[in-house]
Amino acid sequence: MNTLVLVEHDNSSVNDATLAVVTAAGKLGEVTALVAGHNCGAVADGAAQIAGVSKVLKADDAAYANGLAENVAPLVAGLMDSYDAFLAPATTSGKNIAPRVAAHLDVMQISDILSVEGGKTFTRPIYAGNAIATVESADPKLVITVRGTAFEKAETTGGSASIEDASGPGDAGISSFVSAEIADGGDRPELASAGVIVSGGRALKDGETFESVITPLADKLGAAIGASRAAVDAGYVPNDYQVGQTGKIVAPEVYIAIGISGAIQHLAGMKDSKVIIAINKDEDAPIFQVADIGLVADLFNAVPELTQKLG
Amino acid sequence: MKILVPVKRVIDYNVKPRVKADGTGVDLANVKMSMNPFDEIAVEEAIRIKEAGKAEEIVAVSIGPTKAQETLRTALAMGADRAILVETDEEVEPLAVAKILKAIADEEQPGLVLLGKQSISDDSNQTGQMLAALMGRPQGTFANTVAVDGDSVEVKREVDGGLETVKLTLPAIVTTDLRLNEPRYASLPNIMKAKKKPLDSKTPADFGVDVAPRLTTTNVAEPPVRQAGEKVADVDALVEKIKALGIA
Ligand SMILES: Cc1cc2nc3c(=O)[nH]c(=O)nc-3n(C[C@H](O)[C@H](O)[C@H](O)COP(=O)(O)OP(=O)(O)OC[C@H]3O[C@@H](n4cnc5c(N)ncnc54)[C@H](O)[C@@H]3O)c2cc1C
Ligand SMILES: Cc1cc2nc3c(=O)[nH]c(=O)nc-3n(C[C@H](O)[C@H](O)[C@H](O)COP(=O)(O)OP(=O)(O)OC[C@H]3O[C@@H](n4cnc5c(N)ncnc54)[C@H](O)[C@@H]3O)c2cc1C
Repeated sequence: MNTLVLVEHDNSSVNDATLAVVTAAGKLGEVTALVAGHNCGAVADGAAQIAGVSKVLKADDAAYANGLAENVAPLVAGLMDSYDAFLAPATTSGKNIAPRVAAHLDVMQISDILSVEGGKTFTRPIYAGNAIATVESADPKLVITVRGTAFEKAETTGGSASIEDASGPGDAGISSFVSAEIADGGDRPELASAGVIVSGGRALKDGETFESVITPLADKLGAAIGASRAAVDAGYVPNDYQVGQTGKIVAPEVYIAIGISGAIQHLAGMKDSKVIIAINKDEDAPIFQVADIGLVADLFNAVPELTQKLG
Repeated sequence: MKILVPVKRVIDYNVKPRVKADGTGVDLANVKMSMNPFDEIAVEEAIRIKEAGKAEEIVAVSIGPTKAQETLRTALAMGADRAILVETDEEVEPLAVAKILKAIADEEQPGLVLLGKQSISDDSNQTGQMLAALMGRPQGTFANTVAVDGDSVEVKREVDGGLETVKLTLPAIVTTDLRLNEPRYASLPNIMKAKKKPLDSKTPADFGVDVAPRLTTTNVAEPPVRQAGEKVADVDALVEKIKALGIA
């Protein structure tokens, strides 16, 4: 089977989310990586190094600079004559583009796969991960989004793929990019790929308190910072901090939930973490049902003490 | 301008879904069903655009069983003007839903179609994008802010790194994210009034759409259950545990 993988990038380097997709695609067959962007030569070079990638297609055009789905989807659909499967990461960008490709090809997309069970058979979570469905496609071509935490990341070195130019219809002329407010996390690891995550909930009261309680602990552990929907809705932290069914799905080595009750929508986003630690003053909070290590305590005392004692 | 709002009847978000013992699906018998929460946000946004004088009519559409009428009545009670039920007892996949919505859009000629970003049942996150492709129109997915201005709309989107703003030429498709607005509750008088608002019934065949599924679900299983671990007595004990994990 020939597969085409959408490389996620910022026109300068390959985003980590791509690596799990390469692994998933490799289970189906030969992997070609598509870099659609503008002045994105460095990304194509990076993609060519990824272990398991046998060819890189580079579509370099101003129309693809910001990954607008209206422009990228027809490019992909056009290339699909030569491929049996198209795979994209289940990130906001992959989720924006892939269904549009699927509709162009008249196939049903398989969203957020957890495993490859056969050439046309996959597992995927439904109902916030409260059920795992095994689905089989009857379509002639496959369009798939891949859950990043469910597959190993391909190595970023060791590959030596050839790079070819590709082109598509260009600018569809119906949408344009205006601006982006992308937070610069500084040295802090990305939520999606962090080894340790410290997450805060509604109990943190306000933005200032969240910052003064959660951030020092995260700094000490070199951790990314996450939050429940309640904390995001209340404006303590930006929207891209939200962990859960409708936010980011994470599976770090260690997830520390502080002042988070453990609603099913939150659990859906973090229950595959290797070790879960919960701090909550309510001993009956549902979060303790999934926590490996629990501490029943007032977070305003416990967290500063913990941060201090971790030395 | 007319606004089309597709709304889906799904398991209520407070209900914990149970997998059927025979692995054929999730048990929905006698389970509380409600409008998909993202679709409530879509209805609310449509009403606000109309209240701002930028739209004249809001049409709610649902594809589903007879009972999806209740979901449509909820949309009407919130403030939609009329409703269309495309009745089917089959599970209709997003691609077929998008094809039906495309046929309805061809008839209704909306300036804006507002959908949820995902349904909380199947979590597909596809329908809006597929509809946009079939209509050959632009899409603003995961909307945080929607600003209609003349013949275009600016959509601020919730993306992985933060927020991104795109400008789309109308007609356009927008899918809602959680922070777009807080949906209103329907008042009792409006619930009464909604009973008199027009609700058309159709079938997928009326639109010539083949709803035969492309995907077969061969099994539905419980995910591995996580066991609760231990509770530690105090911060000192927690410090020991964290040090043992090798992260501090
Ligand atoms: C459509 C939809 C999608 C959703 N998607 C998501 C999602 O993706 N992610 C998500 O997280 N949620 C999501 N939710 C919301 C979810 O249902 C819960 O409302 C939310 O997760 C609750 O956040 P919380 O645990 O911070 O707040 P609460 O449930 O209010 O819990 C606060 C906790 O803090 C504890 N506490 C209070 N004070 C202290 C203290 N001093 N010390 C220690 N503990 C304290 C309390 O005991 C309580 O357990 C969604 C809901 C809907 C309807
Ligand atoms: C347990 C289980 C078993 C299943 N088995 C099968 C099967 O055997 N065969 C099969 O074909 N499918 C099956 N399905 C899939 C299911 O029927 C639909 O494909 C899926 O629920 C629709 O995707 P979605 O609503 O998550 O789409 P999304 O793309 O997540 O929905 C986004 C938005 O689109 C709009 N929308 C979506 N659907 C409708 C609608 N019906 N009416 C109005 N607006 C709508 C809403 O605005 C919604 O917020 C199964 C699903 C489950 C949960």
